[in-house]
Formats: sequence, C-alpha cells, structure tokens
Amino acid sequence: MRAFRIVPVATAAVVLAGCAAGTAPHSAPPGADVDLSGQTVEVAAVWADDEQASFERVLDEFERQTGAEVTYVSGGDELPTVLSTRLVGGAPPDVAIVSQPALVHSMAADGALVPLDAATDALITEQFGPVWKEWGTVEGTLYGFVFKATNKSTVWYDTEQLGEDFVPPADWDAFVDLLRTRSDLGGTPLSVGGADGWTLTDWFENVYLQTAGAQMYDKLAEHEIPWTDDSVRVAMETLGRAFQPQFMPGGRASALQTEFADSVVDVFGDDPKAEIVFEADFVAGVIAESTSATVGRDALFFPFPSIGDTSSVITGGDTVVALTDRPATAALVRFLASSQAAAIWVERGGFISPNREVALEGYPDETTRRIAEDLVNAQNPRFDMSDLMPTSLGATRGDGFWRAMQDYLADPARLPQILSDLEAEATAAYARR
Amino acid sequence: MPTPPAPPPSASSALETGRRTGALAGGSPRIALLFLTPALLLMLVFLVYPTAYSLVRSLFDARGDEFVGLGNYATAFSDDRTLVALRNNVIWVVVAPTLVTSIGLVLAVLIEKVRWATAFRLVMFMPLAISLVASGIVFRLVYDEDPDRGLVNAVAVSVHDSFAHASPFPGVRPREGGGLVAAPDGSMVTTAQIGRDAVLALPLTGYDPADLPPRTSAAVPAEPGAGVRGLIWLDVGGADDRPGRLDAGERGMPGVAVEVLADDRVVATVTTGDDGRFTAPDLAPGSYALRLPASNFAEPFRGLTWLGPALITPVIISAWLWVMAGFAMTLIAAGLAAIPRDAQEAARVDGATEWQVFRRVTVPLLSPVLVVVLVTLVINVLKVFDLVFVIAPGSAQEEANVLALQMWQVSFGSGGGDQGLGSALAVLLFLLVGPAMLFNVRRFKAERS
Repeated sequence: MRAFRIVPVATAAVVLAGCAAGTAPHSAPPGADVDLSGQTVEVAAVWADDEQASFERVLDEFERQTGAEVTYVSGGDELPTVLSTRLVGGAPPDVAIVSQPALVHSMAADGALVPLDAATDALITEQFGPVWKEWGTVEGTLYGFVFKATNKSTVWYDTEQLGEDFVPPADWDAFVDLLRTRSDLGGTPLSVGGADGWTLTDWFENVYLQTAGAQMYDKLAEHEIPWTDDSVRVAMETLGRAFQPQFMPGGRASALQTEFADSVVDVFGDDPKAEIVFEADFVAGVIAESTSATVGRDALFFPFPSIGDTSSVITGGDTVVALTDRPATAALVRFLASSQAAAIWVERGGFISPNREVALEGYPDETTRRIAEDLVNAQNPRFDMSDLMPTSLGATRGDGFWRAMQDYLADPARLPQILSDLEAEATAAYARR
Repeated sequence: MPTPPAPPPSASSALETGRRTGALAGGSPRIALLFLTPALLLMLVFLVYPTAYSLVRSLFDARGDEFVGLGNYATAFSDDRTLVALRNNVIWVVVAPTLVTSIGLVLAVLIEKVRWATAFRLVMFMPLAISLVASGIVFRLVYDEDPDRGLVNAVAVSVHDSFAHASPFPGVRPREGGGLVAAPDGSMVTTAQIGRDAVLALPLTGYDPADLPPRTSAAVPAEPGAGVRGLIWLDVGGADDRPGRLDAGERGMPGVAVEVLADDRVVATVTTGDDGRFTAPDLAPGSYALRLPASNFAEPFRGLTWLGPALITPVIISAWLWVMAGFAMTLIAAGLAAIPRDAQEAARVDGATEWQVFRRVTVPLLSPVLVVVLVTLVINVLKVFDLVFVIAPGSAQEEANVLALQMWQVSFGSGGGDQGLGSALAVLLFLLVGPAMLFNVRRFKAERS
C-alpha cells in the first residue's frame, strides 16, 4: 500500500483526449455488447480529482454502449475501511478497484468476492501476461485483474545537472560507479526519501528480484524462506553499495528525515541538492506538481539498473474485483478488462495498462510510453513485495519491513540484528494472517 | 435580563433546597423520567454502549469471531511498540501538563501587569484555534533538519557560523587505497608508518575542482630530500581521471594542515603550498605517521536532527506547549481575576517582595484553579495523537509513539487492522484516564457541597 498518491498531471493528454473522443469504435468492446438499459452498477475505487475524471470517461463509454447507469464512489485512501464497513452492512458496491493484493486475498477467503466469468477469464488469458493472471487468482479461482498498473523500477535524473552527454548506466556496477564519480567531484548525487519506509522497501525489492531471482522473490513474499536467508543479506549488501553516506545530501541522518516528495524536489527543485532519485512512475506527477521542471525534457528516467541478465520490473496496481453476482456487474468487469476500456484512460495520461493489446502509440508522451513498454515487456514483472505481505509487516509506518529498511539505511553494520528482528516480526505477522 | 444575585449559602437555604428537590422527586417521577430520557438515551447510545462494546471486543481476535480472553492484552504487553508508547505517555503526563501549567501561570501573572493585556491574551490564545494537525505541519517544518527549510536549524546555523570558521575543504575524503584513511574523529591518517625522509603522494577526493581557491596551481610530485616530503592533491578533474594516479590537469590542495605524529604525539605541523606540496624537515630518526586534522575537512554545521529518534518526544511536547500554553493562561487568568486582591495588597503593605507575594499569596490562592488546569491537561495529554502522527517522520515514529496513536495504527492504520488488539489498547487508555477523571469528578462534587 502506498501512503502516497499523486495525481499524475497530463496537460497535453487532456487536449489529445478531446480529439480522440469523437472516434467511436467500430464494434462494441467486450462486456459493452449487451443491453443493460435501466440497470445500475456501483463502482468504488481510490481515485479522486483528475484520476476520477479520467475513470468516469471510461465508465461513460460503458454507459453509452449498454444503457446501464454507473455510479462511481471515491473511497480515497480509506477504501479498505469503506469496503469492509459496507460488506459488514450487507450492501457492498458491485465492483471495487483496490490497491492491496492482500485485501483481494482476504476478501476472497471471506467469500465476499464473485469469481470472474469464463468470458472475462478468456479475455484476460488472451490479453494479459501470465503473471498478471496469477496475481488475480486465489486458490485456483480468478477473482480479479490489474486495471491500472505502476512501474516501480524507474530512476529519475536531472538532465541539466548531469549534462548533455550523460549516458544512463547499463548495470548496477555502472550505477554505483556513476554515484562515486559524481560524489568524487564534490556532489551528493543520490536523493533517498528515507523518512518514508516504502521508498526503501521498493529499493530492496528491485535489487532482490535481480540478485535472488523471481522464484526466491515469490518465496520471500510468502515467507517460505526466512529473512535471515543468505539471499536477503546479499541483496542488502548490494543495495548498501549505493547507500553510501557520501552519495546522499547530508548523509544518512538527512536521508532518514527526507520524505518522498521532498526527495523528488531535492533533485528537480530550484535549488537542487542531488541529481538522481529512484521511485515509481508517479515521480513524474510530483515533478509536475511541485517543481518547475518539465518531465521529458528536464527530467528523464532510466530503468532500474540491471544486476542479472533478465529484465525485471517491480509493479503495483489497482485490482478490479466483483462483489455482486449480477449480469451488469460481470459486464462492467469484462469491459474494464478490455483494451478498449484501458485505451480511453491511456490517452488521457497518468495511466499505465498491463494489457498487452493496448497500443503503445496511444500513450500521450514518450516518457509514459517507455514506462509502459518496460512494464509490458519485462520478462520478470513482480508485484511489490510489501503489498503482498500482511499490512502489519509490509505497510505500517515506523514498523516491520519499512522500519527494518530505515534501520539498515541508518546503520548497515547492524544488518544481522535487523534481519533477525524482522524475521521474528514476520513470523508473528504471517501466523496471524 | 439581569440575573438575580445568588443568595448567600447558609444552613437554612441548603435545607430549603433539599426540601424542594425532595418534594419534586416524590411528586412526579414520571416527569423527571421524561426530562431525563433524551439525555440518558444519548449517553447510552454514544457513551455507554461503545465503551462496553470496546471492552467486549477487546476479548475477541482480529476478525471478531473467536474469543481469546485476555490474549490481546498479553499481545499488547509483549509488543515493544506498546511498551515504548506507554513509556512515552508517562513522559508526556509527567512533563507536559506541569510545564504548560507553570508557563500558563507565569504568563497569566505577567500579562495582568502589562497595558495591552487583552491583546496579549488574544495572541497567546490563538494557537488553540488552529487544528492540531495544522500546528503539527507547522512544527514539522520549523524543526526540519535542512537549514533551508527548518527555522530552528536556520537560526542554529547562523548563530554557529558567526562564531566558528568554516573549514577550507568541507566534505573532502581520502581516495580509497591512496595511503590515507578517515579516522572516526573526521581527521585522516596515513595507513603505514613512514621514515624521516619519506616521499608521499596522497590523493583526496569528494570536492569540486572548480571550487578550489584561484591561487591553486597544478599538482607537482614532491622531490626526495631532507625531511618528510609529500603532495596532497585533488584526484579529480584531470584529463584522464584515473583514481589514485596523478593525471594531467589535476591540482594540488593548498593550505591543508599536516601534522607529523610520533607515537600519537604531534612533533611538527606544516601546511601545503599552492601546488599541494609540503615538507616537514629536521625530524629525528624514527618512524612517523601523518595526520590531516579534521579542521581541514569538517562539513559545515547543519544544525541538529530534531526529528530524529533521540529528540523527537521533547520536540513534539514543545509543539503541544505552544498550542496549550494559551489555554492554561486563560483559565489561570480567570482564576486570578477572582482571587481577593486585599490579601496581595496586605502582603505588599507588610513589605513582601513581588516574588514573595507570588510564591506565598497568589499561588496558594490560585491552587484550586491550578489543579483543575493540571488535571484537564493530563486528560488531554493522554489522548495526544495528531501531533505525534504529523510531526514524527516515519523513521522516528516508533520512538515517538503514544498509546492513542498505537491504538489507531493497530485497529485502522494502513487498511486491514486488528480491532481486537486495538480495543484492548483503548481499554488500557481508558484505565489510564480513569484516575484523572475520578479526581475531577470528586473535586466537582466537593465544590458543590
């Protein structure tokens, strides 16, 4: 779960979408090919403001094709609480789009979700990579799919500070070398938002997926191997090569005081303190909102430096699930799974679809297109590990995984102690699940 | 409509009151019930039921369908976070209300004597009108570590810098494998012992060559000769930039102090020239080490890490103090207005100093008010939540934790929560507030009789 949600700004995209709205599809998209006049469907998701407006455009298309009436409810970051309250009250929304895979699992286990129908299943098999289907599957039944994905393997840099002839590092060694060279020149190249634990867990997940491999990653996410496993230590130490105090403005103590948004402003603000910041694609949103830099010109990204030889991407995303067993619900879910539905939001910007059929040309700018391309083409996409963990371990401020990463950033020499503490917490947290 | 003056309390009037109530109670209990019902109903729905339900809920597991007895309480007390929260609550209760009451008292007494008393009171009271979350955000900024953002560190840095000189080459560090290592105190020492006429080349890095002083010239290797001779140069910015090698275009580091040590004792101190060379002549035979003292390279002072694990609780208490001082002051000022002036005047006439009047007359007369303020603040402090949540960054949240925050984190924080454990913490908090409430209720009763 992300404590932080940025509404990606898409100035050009709005104009583009305006032009595109006139071009009606030749045939009705899947799910929208039935007549649902007079029926109502209720959808709940976290999106508000710009994102809500974009999503409502998607829903408008469904309404236009089927005659159904769709109500959108924005639950904001409190969506899990909203859902659990409404489930207890016996009046859940028909469709929910949740950011926490752990929540999908627990709702499925409680019997609150309705499995996707065969037609939707076939559509997802056809248009999504196999990994994406796996994530929506609980105990062999397909309950959902990721509608809006995040690429959490992007490293953003300031083109002005790094100069015209800057070449992004090809691998981790080159990345560490780059940091060293820049700091030798008296700079502090790397901005780390260590006050927010989730930025640090994203660092670790990217490194671990590559040093340990996808299978070990899955095992660690399920706690089938302990945190004291040697592969964890190796990943931590690999990460430690970049987490050197001389690379970070103000050293370790300052990094631990820097929140995510500040870590971006420290690179792209008017008075930059660093040159490079790592996080997900929503960094672009912070740049647009909080600095005068322009994404695509002043701010560019390179994929997280590779360590092995498979291309890996850490992702997150919002999963569509059905909570009622009605034809209108099933139709809307199927429609949302289709590339046609995704394409509507893709054009408006601030949206990445994991659907392979969505044309990359549809993305409003080069940067977004490359982010989407990296995500769709990655050989080893994996869901954000902290999102797969019990929330008490993977998403609690100042505790669990977040805290362990902060402790490591503060003092790498304590690594064995940190990992054994984390293992004890993990054992307790998974036992409660 | 003017209120009629209250009759002076006397035995006869008390008796009268008693008779009157008695008559009413005996006369029509049904009417009494009618008037009581709305209040009772509200209390039942909004106070009694939630309290009772929390108590019951605390005996069940996270999902709420399995009875676990006192299991949640056991979990709470075996969790470090709860213990830290409990410890912090104790610190809060002991320190914060006392501090705020004392400051409120001093302010109330002092402001009474100034001319624009009402204006001052208004200003002091204003923070209370700001929501705690907003105050928290303000103080999060005030205490920010970055002197460009945080007010406190900006002041600290400018005061510090007007007394202490900045080092010539802040942030410089030895090139790895170049013959120097950084010591824990910030100085650099040679890795190997050297003879009395050694020739050294010591590369440094971590500094922008463009920032070297204009007088700096190209680095020149030291010639062998009498005494320890060497070159200290900036190993970046050359044509090739080979680490640890002197490349064309690389320049010396001028004005770096170099100490020659024999058995940890400084036997000579020299300074490098514009080309980075130094010579320490006339050394007795023996083995030596070189040290470049920390004063060459010390990073500029950046203030304190206020929001780090060590200082976080005092910092949040100071924010709470800013908010609540006006509240304490206003209540105490009201009390002050009500105490009989003649006692103070009499003391002054008898030759008491202002301090003696304050200490021996004003404070004792005010003590009932002070106790009420203190107890109210204790109750208020136990539920402190927003300030801690907003001010403490994630990396110090565990150290700043308090019970109310822990309760929320456990039950609702970040989505799926354990409301059984959360209820247990709520009950715990209730038990802690209990004595203070009881004390207040007793006081009110005592005052009425």
